[in-house]
Amino acid sequence: MTTVSRTPVADTATQPRFHLTRRRRESLAALFFLSPWLIGFVVLLAGPMIASLFLSFTKYKIVQPPVWIGLDNYIRMAGDDLFYKSLRVTVTYTAMSVPLGIVAALGIAVLLNQTTFMSGIFRTVYYLPSVISGVAVAIVFAWIFNHRFGILNYFLGLIGIEGPPWLSHPRYALWAFVLMSLWGIGATVIIFLAALQGVPASLYEAAEIDGAATTRRFFSITLPMISPSILFVLIMGIIGTFQTFTQAYIMTGGGPANATLFYILYLYKNAFNWFEMGYASALAWVLFVIVLLLTLIMLRSSSRWVYYESPGEERN
Amino acid sequence: MTSIPAATPPKYHKSFQRTLLDALRWLFIYGTLILVGIIILMPFIWTLSSSLKPYGAGITFPPEFIPRQFEWQNYVRVVQTIPFFTYLKNSVTVTGFAMFGEILSASMVAYAFARLRFPGRNILFMIVLATMMIPYPVTLVPTFILFNKLGWVNSFLPLIVPPYFAPAYTIFLLRQFFMTINHELDEAAEVDGAGWFRVYWQIILPLSKPALATVAIFAFMAYWNDFMGPLIYLSDNAKFTLALGINYLRNMRGGGNLSMQMAASVMFVAPCILLFFIAQRYIVQGIVTTGIKG
Repeated sequence: MTTVSRTPVADTATQPRFHLTRRRRESLAALFFLSPWLIGFVVLLAGPMIASLFLSFTKYKIVQPPVWIGLDNYIRMAGDDLFYKSLRVTVTYTAMSVPLGIVAALGIAVLLNQTTFMSGIFRTVYYLPSVISGVAVAIVFAWIFNHRFGILNYFLGLIGIEGPPWLSHPRYALWAFVLMSLWGIGATVIIFLAALQGVPASLYEAAEIDGAATTRRFFSITLPMISPSILFVLIMGIIGTFQTFTQAYIMTGGGPANATLFYILYLYKNAFNWFEMGYASALAWVLFVIVLLLTLIMLRSSSRWVYYESPGEERN
Repeated sequence: MTSIPAATPPKYHKSFQRTLLDALRWLFIYGTLILVGIIILMPFIWTLSSSLKPYGAGITFPPEFIPRQFEWQNYVRVVQTIPFFTYLKNSVTVTGFAMFGEILSASMVAYAFARLRFPGRNILFMIVLATMMIPYPVTLVPTFILFNKLGWVNSFLPLIVPPYFAPAYTIFLLRQFFMTINHELDEAAEVDGAGWFRVYWQIILPLSKPALATVAIFAFMAYWNDFMGPLIYLSDNAKFTLALGINYLRNMRGGGNLSMQMAASVMFVAPCILLFFIAQRYIVQGIVTTGIKG
């Protein structure tokens, strides 16, 4: 990397237009180039977020103008069983699918990193599910999890396990979603694989000379060196699982017995089925605060377990 | 742990052990990888084979992975049951306009962050990164109300217009790439009297084709697969995108048929899979950029 100090060579070469210094003109140009984001930030993000906060203190059913009801929505939430249920479903799902996904993806990436023959094919196959996320996956998996005709229970039957009624029993439905999420870990595998390839071989050589065993090398070198990628996957994974919607909407609609009533599904139902826009906004803000807190906790704790190279070192 | 083993076994003996261990290790690695690969491919194979099974006999147990006869009629039946080509046209329209907007706007913003100097650049970029962590449902309700007030509900506009305001993820990806382009090129152009817009349009963009391709592919997949957006904003059946359409097929009378659902799914995902095989290189590059340098 070269640090370019951009001396204003052009200043003397070009005529100063409108009596503006080059720096001023550059700032104006930046304003022009940034304008799509700046406008979007105000109109589509910051504005709606403030509006959402305001609406969360109102009763608003679209047809009539919003009525200020103070903290009523939040008080209602505190006594709303479905709110707790949806939060529990989402947190349980996150707590199962994110760590399992990271461990599985890391395991596959470590194996894949030791191969050269056919590794391209493996990578392609593993990533394939990630390109079709959404509706089609949900429709196909609704059949795969079918109690009687699904291929999952067929294969389980081959190894002598009687498969449960995945999507129609409250005890198994969420597990079906976890299994489905594991099917799509390909992108994480690619991230970890790239991180593993970035670990300098000299570190391993040094460890080998010191006589460190394979497991020791994995925990003392590999894991710390790829910990930034793990943090990234962890944060994005949690933010992602907190926003689970499409699969639940299509496969179960939140059932059976609300066992898959994901938070966003409950929010969606409030907003667009029951037109409880005020209550839905309150739900949205609570979600925002939860995700924000989780992210902050992870970022703060990361200094303890994430290894960052000292700024003096250059990577390239 | 650090002590050196006292007795070293004879060399030939060790090398035999080594060979055996290596073979076992090789077997374990490839065995696991192949098994995982088969598990991942299974839903694809099963979807394809189910889509080709005869109309009534879609469900068989135990499942047949290779249909006894290939029943292409299922595909024809999907097209006849739902207005498939209308949905296709809608999906192409929405995806096309959204992709164009996202690439144009995000590349402009990324150019500013990567190449221009202005006060507050780092703080603004931190804000861009932070917005990636805001769950979209937070803005869902007010955005809906806004588009409703504008009379945009039940049109493509709520799906097409927001991408023109530079999604953060794409800004980040393009900015990372623009940073790697040699500064001498645009400095030379500036000396020649080229303005910043010309530098952006005639130097940065042409040099960034691989990054733009990456971004285009991700955008295509996101908008093509988007379900919640169309679900919220499109109520008129004739305006459905394919993502809504195949779910509509699933819920309609007579659409509960496995073969037809699978045929519809195959047609829906085909462009994504085709794109993936054509442009895999760019996809991998994109993921690695966000995951490593993020």
